[in-house]
Order: sequence, then C-alpha cells, then structure tokens
Amino acid sequence: MTTEQTAILRLRDVAKGFVIHLQGGLAIPVVANVSFEVRAGECVVLGGPSGIGKSSILKMVYGNYRIDRGEALVADGGEVVDIASAMPRRLIGLRRTTIGYVSQFLRAIPRVSARDIVAEPAMAQGMGEVEARAKAGELLARLNLPERLWSLPPATFSGGEQQRVNIARGFIAEHPLLLLDEPTASLDAVNRAVVVGLIADKKAAGTAILGIFHDEDVRERVADRIVDVSGFAAHGEAAA
Amino acid sequence: MTLEPMRAAASAVLEGGPGEGEYNFAYLDEQTKRMIRRAILKAIAIPGYQVPFASRDMPMPYGWGTGGIQVTAAILGPDDRLKVIDQGADDTTNAVSIRAFFARTAGVETTTRTHEASVIQTRHRIPELALGADQVLVYQVPIPEPLRFLEPRETETRVMHALADYGLMHVKLYEDIATHGHIAKTYDYPVKVEGRYVMDPSPTPKFDNPKMDNCAGLQLFGAGREKRIYAIPPFTSVKSLDFEDYPFEPNKFDAPCALCGATDTYLDEVITDDRGGRMFVCSDTDHCEDRQASGHRGHLHVDGPAARGTVA
Amino acid sequence: MSDQPLLVAEDLAKYFGARVGCREVGFELYEGEVLAVVGESGSGKSTLLRLLSGQSEPTRGRVMYRMRDGVTRDIVSLSEAERRFLFRTDWGFVHQDAAAGLRMGVSAGGNVGERLMAVGWRHYGKIRSEAETWLERVEIDPARIDEAPKVFSGGMRQRLQIARNLVTSPRLMFMDEPTGGLDVSVQARLLDLLRRLVADMGLAVVVVTHDLAVARLLSHRIMVMKEGRVIETGLTDQVLDDPREPYTQLLVSSILQV
Ligand SMILES: Nc1ncnc2c1ncn2[C@@H]1O[C@H](COP(=O)(O)OP(=O)(O)O)[C@@H](O)[C@H]1O
Ligand SMILES: [Mg+2]
Ligand SMILES: [Zn+2]
Repeated sequence: MTTEQTAILRLRDVAKGFVIHLQGGLAIPVVANVSFEVRAGECVVLGGPSGIGKSSILKMVYGNYRIDRGEALVADGGEVVDIASAMPRRLIGLRRTTIGYVSQFLRAIPRVSARDIVAEPAMAQGMGEVEARAKAGELLARLNLPERLWSLPPATFSGGEQQRVNIARGFIAEHPLLLLDEPTASLDAVNRAVVVGLIADKKAAGTAILGIFHDEDVRERVADRIVDVSGFAAHGEAAA
Repeated sequence: MTLEPMRAAASAVLEGGPGEGEYNFAYLDEQTKRMIRRAILKAIAIPGYQVPFASRDMPMPYGWGTGGIQVTAAILGPDDRLKVIDQGADDTTNAVSIRAFFARTAGVETTTRTHEASVIQTRHRIPELALGADQVLVYQVPIPEPLRFLEPRETETRVMHALADYGLMHVKLYEDIATHGHIAKTYDYPVKVEGRYVMDPSPTPKFDNPKMDNCAGLQLFGAGREKRIYAIPPFTSVKSLDFEDYPFEPNKFDAPCALCGATDTYLDEVITDDRGGRMFVCSDTDHCEDRQASGHRGHLHVDGPAARGTVA
Repeated sequence: MSDQPLLVAEDLAKYFGARVGCREVGFELYEGEVLAVVGESGSGKSTLLRLLSGQSEPTRGRVMYRMRDGVTRDIVSLSEAERRFLFRTDWGFVHQDAAAGLRMGVSAGGNVGERLMAVGWRHYGKIRSEAETWLERVEIDPARIDEAPKVFSGGMRQRLQIARNLVTSPRLMFMDEPTGGLDVSVQARLLDLLRRLVADMGLAVVVVTHDLAVARLLSHRIMVMKEGRVIETGLTDQVLDDPREPYTQLLVSSILQV
C-alpha cells in the first residue's frame, strides 16, 4: 500500500489568536508556526497541557475557527484545498465528503432521535435511509448505547451517552480525514476499548486521523505519532 | 356586432338639445352621454374589462339601477323601443318607473314584448327568448367587481385583472365546495369573458349564465355607485368558472311552470293564497304569456285573462 | 443541481432619503444553501429581504436570479406578471406575522390550494388531496383541512404558511423572523420541521432573524448586519464560535448558549 505516504492534511505555519473586544481588545495568542502533516492510515495525536491550543487546531482544520496565518491543506480527491482561504460553500462540501469531526460535546438537535442524528452524515454521503439507519444502529449497539434510547432525542442523555452518539455520528460516514477531540473523555473502560477498536478499523481503511486523547492508555494504543502543541505556543505574540 | 342603437343615439344628438324648461333627450346632457358612450365603446373593445366612468346623479336612488339607466340614456335613440324588466317581470315598481322615466324624457316607445324591443334594461334576469343581433341588453349592476369580497383593496384587484391573476377566484369556489359539497353560488356566478377577464354577471341567477355565451345581441353592464361600465360584444365566449370534477351546472327546477308548462325556464315561487299555497311560474312574464297564448298549458292554467296581471 | 448560483446580490444599497436602509451588500446563494441574516432590529435585515425578493427597488446594485429555464435575470427588470409568477411558483415567503402570509378567513385547504389554482389546477379532488398531503407534512391533522387559520394556534399558523408556500416546490424561500413571537417549545418544533423540509427539498433559503439559535439550527452561512452593512460573514458555526467583530462578539455573548 502506498497510501501511507499520502499526506491528507498538511499544516504550514498556522497561527491563531483571539481578540476579545468586550475586554478592551484583549489579545489571546494561542498558537503560532504550527506545521505538521497527517498521512492516510495514520493517527496523529496532539499533546500538551490543557489550554495550550489543541482543540483550537482541530477546529481550525474543520473550519470552525478561522486561521489567522499560514495554511491548512487538505487533499480532496485529486485536489488540494486550503482551509484557511476556502469559501464557506467549499467548507460545507468538505465536511460532507472529506473531513469528519467528533467534537468534545454533542450539539443535540431538538426533536431528532439519536439514531437519526447518527445516520445523517452517511445519508449526506448518499447512503439510503434504510441502510444508514441500520448502520447507525450497529454503531450504537457496538458502543453499548441501550436500544431503548435510539429513538429518543439525546438532549436528556447523560454526558457519556451523548458522547457515544457523537462518536457514532463521526464514525458512520467515510471521510478520508477524521478529527477527534477527546472522544473517550467521559467513557468507561469498556467503551474506551470500543472506540480504540473503531479507530483501528478506520486506520486500516486508510483514514487519516488527527486526535486529542486525554487518556494515556488510549493514546498509546492509537497514536502513531504525537505532535506536542507546546512547541507551537504563541508566547506573548500578538494575534493577527 | 351591431352598433345601430348607438348610431341612432348619435344622430339623435345631432338633432339638437332641449328647449326651455324641458329635459334633455333621455335626461342626460349631451356631453355626459358622449362621455358614457366613449366608456361603452372602450368596454366593447375590451370584453369583460371594467371601464371607469364619471357616473352622474340621477333622479332616483342608486339601488334603482342608476348605472343601467345612464347606459340606456346614452345609447337610446328616438326610434328605439324600450323594454324594462326587474326579476324578469315588466310590472314591478322599479321596471314601471324606469320605463315611465324614458317614455317621458326621451319619448321613446316602450314595450313588454321581448322580440319587439331594441333596448332591454334588466335587473336580475336575461329574457328566455334568445337576443337577436339588433338588440341590446343593459344590465343594472350593484357590485361589478367579482374579486371584491376576496380582496378588498381596489389597487390589488386592478392588478389582478391586469395580470389575469385569478387563482383567488377559484379559492372562493373551492371554499364553496369544501363547505357545501358543491358550488353554492346560485347567482352572481363569475364568468371568464373571451378567455381573459373574469367578470361578475351582476345578480342574475346562474341559470342565465349560458345565455351570455356566444349571444347575438350586445350586452352592456352599468354600475352607478361603483362607476363602472363593462360589456360583452355579440358572439363572445362567456364561460362560467368551475372545476373539472365539479362542472358548472345551471339551476334546475323539479317542476314545470304551473302556467305554461315550460321545463326550460327560470321559475319563481309565487304564494297563491294565505293558506300556504304556492306555485312555480316563469319569472319571464312575457315569455310565459307568449307560450300560453300559443296554447301551452301548465297544471294551474286558467283560461281567460292571464292569471297574473299584465302590464297596462 | 446547477453549480451556478441561484441568487446573486451585487453591491446592493437602499437609501430612504439620507437614511441608509442597507448598503454594500453582496453575496451568492446556491441551491440547497441556507443563509441567515442576523442583527438587531433596524440593522437593515428586512430592507435587504425586500430588495432580494423584488418587493422594493435598490438605490444601487442589483439582484440576479437564475430562473427555472436557466436564464439569469435582474429582478428589477422582471415585469409585475413575471414577478408574481415567481412568487407563486418558484419562490416562497414566510412572514413573522402569519396574517400577512395567510388568508385568515379561508380554510387551511384553500390556503394551501391557492397557489395550485393560480398555476392552473382545476380539479377540486386533486387540489384537496395535495393540500392534505402538505398539511400532513407540516404536522397539521388533515382532518382540519376545512378549518380557517383564525382558529389555529400561532405555531400551526406558521406551519400552514410554510405548507402554502411549499406546495409548488419553490427553489427559493425568504423567511422573515419565522419563529418570532412563538413559545420556545413551539419554536423548536417549527425549526425542526423547517430544517427537515429545507434539506429534503434542497431549498435555498434567506432567513432573517435576530435569534442566533435559529441561525445556528437552520443556516449554513450567516451574515451579520449592523447599521445597514454586512460586518461579518462566513460559515454559521465559524461566525458564532469564533466571532471577529466587536458587534458580533457582543451578539454572541449576550446569549448564554447558542
Ligand atoms: N472561541 C474562543 N474565543 C476566545 N478564546 C478562545 C476560544 N476558544 C478557545 N479560546 C482560548 O484559546 C486557548 C486554547 O484553547 P483550546 O484550543 O481549547 O485548548 P486545549 O484544547 O489545548 O485545551 C485558551 O486560552 C482558550 O481560552
Ligand atoms: Mg480541548
Ligand atoms: Zn311559464
């Protein structure tokens, strides 16, 4: 297989900071000179203490946070797209076809059942409703979410239950690049192991994974490389 | 189509105005009549389109059909013979006084016989006898705007007509069917003229709607209070609005006319005594009498003088 | 679906005398895209919506729309007849005040059927069954087809308004504060319904709202307006999670959790 050589994501000198206007224009520099790449079939884990900017990097790659400087290049089929300058419409397309994301917390949609929330990204990629719902059920079952919850909107679920819905939603579709922000944080050992298995499956299928894992044990089992975000800390450097 | 009556009226204009203390011919002054004639000509040119005109005060209240009277006054010539009907009858107060008005102000001959008349002014009915090419039917119209009760804004109804934006008209018919199981409108039933303008045939019963279609005579409509004139030129297509699965149906009557036995006429219910006796008879009195005179008999026919008084 | 935009606003401006309604507004909207226009009242949102929908003429700039025949037209150049035709076929407009978008005295069936009749449907049974289908799709019991919206609740009226608009399968919908004035639980139901219909039908939508939760739930993209100008624009979650402009930060921070 040659896929291991293919960079799916390449960050070059990415910088990010926040300016809080409500506090007199307070500048919060977060990261600078972020450069690394993630290849097909490998799992790169972002390391470093809390608050260092790990989630911000994932969010920039997903287009959820703006990139102040540098570029984040994503391979989209034969094309390379710079997330930093892509039009919103392009980003929406990339999220459907190319970039999957499991956020730290599920954003529940009122009145939509857990199963439908999970099925949606697969359907957006063209899978039929019946098949997508069946696959959603398989994933939820694998993550040990009691079947009686599947038809309910997750708004009232516990943190761990919501997180499993979120994980299933992130893993159901076929995105060449998968971003995982502490997916195992609120899971017990059994379900952590399930997630480790899901990640292994994705890697085997050639998915490039960029993740943040709090849990030492999980990190060791999934990480091919660790990128220490402390090295990108934007010390006192004013944000753009 | 024939504009003979108007030509006659025009020549009457040339014959000069009234003398001292007299009425002008047909009451209205010549300038007003010319203005009304222009409106009529425009109405004829755009079948079904409501032409605004400067309606004048007439020596009678609006409910008496001042719009129709102004139209009649504008087209009447000295050689015309006028018939006036109200609900099909020549002998109601309204018909009698309008006829008397024109006999006095224009000196024209009047008649109750449909086939003898060159101008027929009507409220509510179209004579049973098909109009000929040399006849003009003038309708007195209270509310000319078919969209009025659906869309109260005049500016909007005008645009709707201009753009043939008539979906709303069918909404009304839809509502009828939804509520009553059929289109409940029995008079004032909207029509589409020459495939273009939706028109209100005034309070005539829908029974008469088919008579407007492809009619040989000229049909003119005058609304006094609302200041509108509209027309259906001879041989114009006039279609009643309907749905494919709820097609237009004229009113039907269960029994024939009690006096002449006709089964194809519009019938009025007449109370015959104070014990609740009733009968159904032709609303077109002239037509009914004609039929009786030529030997047709209904089950309550009595020989001798007609059962209903004729016009003196 | 075409890769040409459906609606394009080019450097739009509207002045009311010296007062600015909106200015320098430009964007492209594609089929299936939902654009939220947010900002406080008086910021020019509704002015913009009227310009986009051809209900008022811009002082400068133009609005281009790709018609069903593939030809892109300047909205201002359309005749009144063409504009009305668009409005009863290819466009929809959902008003905050249901009374402005419904015939309150006409039955639910008549309200939904009106567009069909306007485009020439003349079969009562078919019109009625189409209306029933649409009532069902907006979660109104079809048994209530003969009731007039004046006896409906606020949420039902909004849903009826939506059905009335969608019955001709428009490609573009304008919505002016569609959830304004509704209870929170009623809003949630309406939003969910809208979200689903918009996705199912691949509708393009311009939705004006001052409620960022509505924008978050419904829209792909967001435009933040202030004093008649677009001060920030981008992917909805990007603008809401990483707001750049002081005013946008203020808007976002004034709600607890969007
Ligand atoms: N939307 C935001 N607005 C302002 N500051 C933010 C925002 N998101 C993150 N930050 C700040 O950026 C820094 C990095 O945060 P984050 O990326 O969440 O770190 P990590 O994931 O490494 O814990 C923190 O100081 C955090 O407060
Ligand atoms: Mg984090
Ligand atoms: Zn008779």
